[in-house]
Amino acid sequence: MSSFKDAGHLFRFAGLFVLAFVVFLVVRHWVVPKTFGQYGHYRGASIGEIASKPVEFAGHEACEACHTDKADEKKAGEHAHVNCEACHGPLANHANDPAAVTPVKPDTTVLCARCHTASAAKPKKFPQVAPAEHSNGMPCQTCHNPHSPAMDAGGAK
Amino acid sequence: MNLSRRHFLVLVPAAAVAWKAILAGTPEEAPNYNQAEHWWGMLIDIPKCIGCGNCVRACEAENDVPEGHFRTWVERYHVTDGNMTNPEVISPNGGKDGFPVVQEDAGKYSFVPKMCNHCSDSPCTQVCPVGATFVTPDGVVLVDQKYCLGCAYCVQACPYGCRYIHPEKKVADKCTLCYHRITKGLTTACCENCPTGARQLVDLKNPNDPIHEFLKTHAVQVLKPQMATGAKAFYNELDGSVR
Repeated sequence: MSSFKDAGHLFRFAGLFVLAFVVFLVVRHWVVPKTFGQYGHYRGASIGEIASKPVEFAGHEACEACHTDKADEKKAGEHAHVNCEACHGPLANHANDPAAVTPVKPDTTVLCARCHTASAAKPKKFPQVAPAEHSNGMPCQTCHNPHSPAMDAGGAK
Repeated sequence: MNLSRRHFLVLVPAAAVAWKAILAGTPEEAPNYNQAEHWWGMLIDIPKCIGCGNCVRACEAENDVPEGHFRTWVERYHVTDGNMTNPEVISPNGGKDGFPVVQEDAGKYSFVPKMCNHCSDSPCTQVCPVGATFVTPDGVVLVDQKYCLGCAYCVQACPYGCRYIHPEKKVADKCTLCYHRITKGLTTACCENCPTGARQLVDLKNPNDPIHEFLKTHAVQVLKPQMATGAKAFYNELDGSVR
């Protein structure tokens, strides 16, 4: 024991280190979020928080569950692969509560032109028209059924 | 039970790993979703894109994207000479209102939708000093906006320009691959609203996903492959001029 005779100052210093380490652990426990490190170097709970955001677009399956007539009509036509909300807009609120939220019918003069206005930059196979010459400003649905637009396939009104 | 020291030393770490896996589980808010079963990406079929801007509008409606910022946008490339280094690129308002009509048919045109590539070796997550951005176990690059300091290191680090600082929240913001939709079994807002099927959400861990056949049979490229980011936005028939 004689070798520790004058080592009191070393023990006090070591004690200080231990105390600082304990304080560090306590503060760390208090400051670092519970789920930090659950999956990696980030807060695991944030994944759940991001996933819990409500949706705006209900998805075409939700629409088709009720609007079976329109879905069947669309399925047979050229617009089979165009989903409902691509034209009708985000309608999750309507799907959640159909009575409270009534969708507004889109204006076909603007809507159809977004895709079908002729431009040399578009893929050649895509059906395109110059709206002014094609319809003289009349709404497209005067002649075409937007859910099944081809004229020769019984799509004409 | 007679447990030797040797076996004990093997079993303890194994038990620790197993316990960690049990604790990991799934996000509480999506009870029917198992992160371990998915590895998300996106297929962008350039010959199908008509530049209508539906994806940009849908993204804005779904994710409250601030005015003047884009989580996805569409660029139009126009190459008139044989030199692929000088394409004429436009993206008016991110392509949200469509593109100006072109009359003369000179050179080649292509619409290139851009978005977060959800890189598996993402440069943006590596530079975050606080662990506020990360790649999820199912391969989506997300931002923890409660933890983000807004230092914008990640905005500079992204080689695709897919991040921005949210003007009101003052934190990094980006495409979440509609994580709140894909965990509920829906597709992303941009894919749901693409009228030509030019954008498709793909799950690389799902053996029945058509992406596997597509990658085998088409000329597919990722953006900036030389940067080895492990980008998961696959572009079909990408022109060499696209940066």
